[in-house]
Amino acid sequence: MQLVRRLAVASAIGLVLYGIGLWLQGGVIEYVQRIVFLAGINVILAVGLNLINGTTGQFSIGHAGFMAVGAYGAAFSGVKLQPVLQNWIGAGAVADGLTLNVGLLVGALLAGLTGLLVGAPSLRLRGDYLAVVTLGFGEVIRISFNNAKFLGAATGFSGDSPSGLPALTTFFWVYAWAIAILILIRNLTFSQTGRSLAAIREDEIAAEAMATPTTRLKVLAFSLSAASAGIAGGLFAFMQPSIRPEDFRFDKSIDMIVMIIIGGLGSISGAVVGGIFVAVTLELMRDLQQYRLVLYALLLIVIMLVRPQGLLGSRELSEVLRSRFGRPKAQAAK
Amino acid sequence: MSLLSLEKVDKIFGGLSALKQVSLEVPERAIFGLIGPNGAGKTTLFNVITGVYSPDGGVIRFEGQSIGGQSPARIAHRGIARTFQNIRLFRAMTVEENVMVAGHHLHQASVLGAMLRTRAQIADEARLRKRAGELLEIMGLGKHAEDVAGSLPYGSQRRLEIARALMLQPKLLLLDEPAAGMNSQEAGELERQIRFLRDQMGLTIVLVEHNMAVVMSVCEAVHVVDHGETIAHGTPENVKKDPAVLAAYLGKSTEEVA
Repeated sequence: MQLVRRLAVASAIGLVLYGIGLWLQGGVIEYVQRIVFLAGINVILAVGLNLINGTTGQFSIGHAGFMAVGAYGAAFSGVKLQPVLQNWIGAGAVADGLTLNVGLLVGALLAGLTGLLVGAPSLRLRGDYLAVVTLGFGEVIRISFNNAKFLGAATGFSGDSPSGLPALTTFFWVYAWAIAILILIRNLTFSQTGRSLAAIREDEIAAEAMATPTTRLKVLAFSLSAASAGIAGGLFAFMQPSIRPEDFRFDKSIDMIVMIIIGGLGSISGAVVGGIFVAVTLELMRDLQQYRLVLYALLLIVIMLVRPQGLLGSRELSEVLRSRFGRPKAQAAK
Repeated sequence: MSLLSLEKVDKIFGGLSALKQVSLEVPERAIFGLIGPNGAGKTTLFNVITGVYSPDGGVIRFEGQSIGGQSPARIAHRGIARTFQNIRLFRAMTVEENVMVAGHHLHQASVLGAMLRTRAQIADEARLRKRAGELLEIMGLGKHAEDVAGSLPYGSQRRLEIARALMLQPKLLLLDEPAAGMNSQEAGELERQIRFLRDQMGLTIVLVEHNMAVVMSVCEAVHVVDHGETIAHGTPENVKKDPAVLAAYLGKSTEEVA
């Protein structure tokens, strides 16, 4: 029963996404389409990063590195796979979709493994030290791509064809992945594992005294978070003719942190709101070029002063609505 | 047979011997008091037993097996649960969630299962929630399951720490000043609860406590430490009269000094 119901809901969502996708393709200018795509990608980035920074309380500021691994992994495997699939089942939407999704999975796997490699030694560190180490690793990853000749080094990777990387990213797949990752991470957050992650954030010593395998769980959350960034990176890669190491600089990591802080650290719905907010404001501020970083800094300062807990605090949208309109629950003041 | 035994345990911080050759035996199903003046090494002893610190010498045995130097999570898994003197709750989480965190042994679903909300996962959650509710009921916190832990009054926070420790299904429960900050009525309720844990749940309990009324009322055996050394042990009545204990708490009498 459960399975049947879920399949029904999934197909319904799929149909709606497909419909919106068709409409976007037909009537909406490419510029707006791009913002809509980026918003979905940001949601994936923010929800993934929130798992480690918000829920688990281990601050990573190098997630652009994992996004890069996902982007290069997906682009490279996609470019190699596409001709094979086209030979086999013929060019078309099926081959494109398969290429995209296999590429994304390869990217996510590589990003997750990189997360494991980076996380296992560095998650023994706490607070500022962890932040510095993740920042360093993020740069190491970017500079490695900068020197990887077979991936185009600093000029970027554009595949084998002169027209660049295939434009495989569609509205349907961006939002199908965003919704899937949202659901998976939400379920995890509200499970025993999620409670243990939150317990690590609240008091690591007490969590350990309650038999919580703290290091293992931190590495798990970090790797899952890296894998989500990898998916986002893959979707991003197939949106443009080429990807370059400088697409994944430190300021990309900062953008991600802005997303989760604006929405409220530790809140999944907050991450969604923050992801969309950053996609839209980044485009609105495009003409300001590098000054947008100054504006983001100012925005962060204002938020820290006016609403330090972020738009939603650590609560979920459903809780906020319930406490506003629903039955009064014994909710203690925070 | 003793459930927990310490044999000449040492712990040294820099030049300070926090524990010197401490030996003690906690029999199964005992309520065992550990007392001594401030800074005597009681909490250090708890920290060494639970793996927060590893001992610098001696042997710690739990159920006959050496546990000295193992990780806190490992030791907790073996069946030693504790509370903290300076309350360490997961403050932003609800009372119920605090207890559920300690329920690993009731949890079988994998991480993937949790992400997909499989049937096993849903059953796990229900089992954990039910058990947490029972324990909160025992500790008199049933009505507060949905409250944020950090918002509870002090005495309730201490009882919540006990409920959380119980979720581990421990054999041995270490309570670090459970009655601190409680009034005499709350302390009386705590005494009743501690006896219940031993009599009905079969737990062995070691408590560090400054409230002598509580210690004298619930403990069958008392172990006294001062400056990291054992200075007396025996029944509460005998310990109360022991000259070394009186000296440690009140200072030496004039004849002795002279």
